[in-house]
Amino acid sequence: MDRYIKDQDENYSGTKIVAMKKLIAFSTFIIITLVTRAQDVKMADVMKEDGKIYVVIAVMLTILAGLVLYLVRLDRKISKLEKNK
Amino acid sequence: MRKSWWKILGVLLLVYTFIAGLLIEVPRNPQLQETIRNLFFHVCMWFGMMILFIVSFVRAIMYLRTNKPIHDIASRQYAGVGILFGLLGYLTGAIWMSYTWIDSNKSIFNSFDTIAREPKLIGAAIALLVYAAYLVLRDSIQDIDKRARISAVYNIFAFAMLFPSIWIIPRLLDSLHPGGSEGNPALDPGSASANMRLVFYPAIAGWTLIGVWIATLKIRMKIIQEQKLSQ
Repeated sequence: MDRYIKDQDENYSGTKIVAMKKLIAFSTFIIITLVTRAQDVKMADVMKEDGKIYVVIAVMLTILAGLVLYLVRLDRKISKLEKNK
Repeated sequence: MRKSWWKILGVLLLVYTFIAGLLIEVPRNPQLQETIRNLFFHVCMWFGMMILFIVSFVRAIMYLRTNKPIHDIASRQYAGVGILFGLLGYLTGAIWMSYTWIDSNKSIFNSFDTIAREPKLIGAAIALLVYAAYLVLRDSIQDIDKRARISAVYNIFAFAMLFPSIWIIPRLLDSLHPGGSEGNPALDPGSASANMRLVFYPAIAGWTLIGVWIATLKIRMKIIQEQKLSQ
């Protein structure tokens, strides 16, 4: 059994090594880009911290702003109608 | 825009509610976890509804005393916005309940049979249906004066049903819903944290002011409509 597995390992070892090298190269590339992004480039980090709760606040405030704008416009229109009568 | 300072105040209070409501420290309750923040949204819908129904009730009495049609229009529109707030309270409660009351030993669907027996839910449903009947009754009468008078009288009856069905009867029975026989956790200074009350009271004021704003817009629209019809 052991020998059989060993043989198989030897058969596939060439392709395996190539695949491993590719994987390592790819993952180092990703890690480097991530690290440089996190360290060098200053982003709007507040929105990404604390479990991204600020994103929820932004969404809720946007909806609130939309509804309030709608009410304000309606109010203005009604005021105009009241003046025209 | 007319007399806009309280509208701006309402919007500012809501902006404060949305930001502080999600960011302040809240008590760590193992069952509620972060959903305890729904106090600033779900509970405020019901408080807003009650205040709007009180205004509607007062305007109904004012109509019966003075016979001025403006009070009738106002009474109808405040009741309409109150029902909207009540429905929103029910919907948000349904979402909240689905994540905190569900029996983890049963499937979600199967644990609804115990939830459906909650006195607070039944009481709120009765109150909303009584007010829905107010709209049906009102719109079924053609004569304007008769409609105004009968719906004002019915409004007083509906208001008399409101507090027993959402406060008194649920308070007498055991329930999963807070505010049952153990008292009122939202208003009791002992159980809600001071932090939460800092947001809760402004939130009630903010949501109520928005409700009043919507109601005044609808009242003004109705007045313009009536004037167009009478020309």
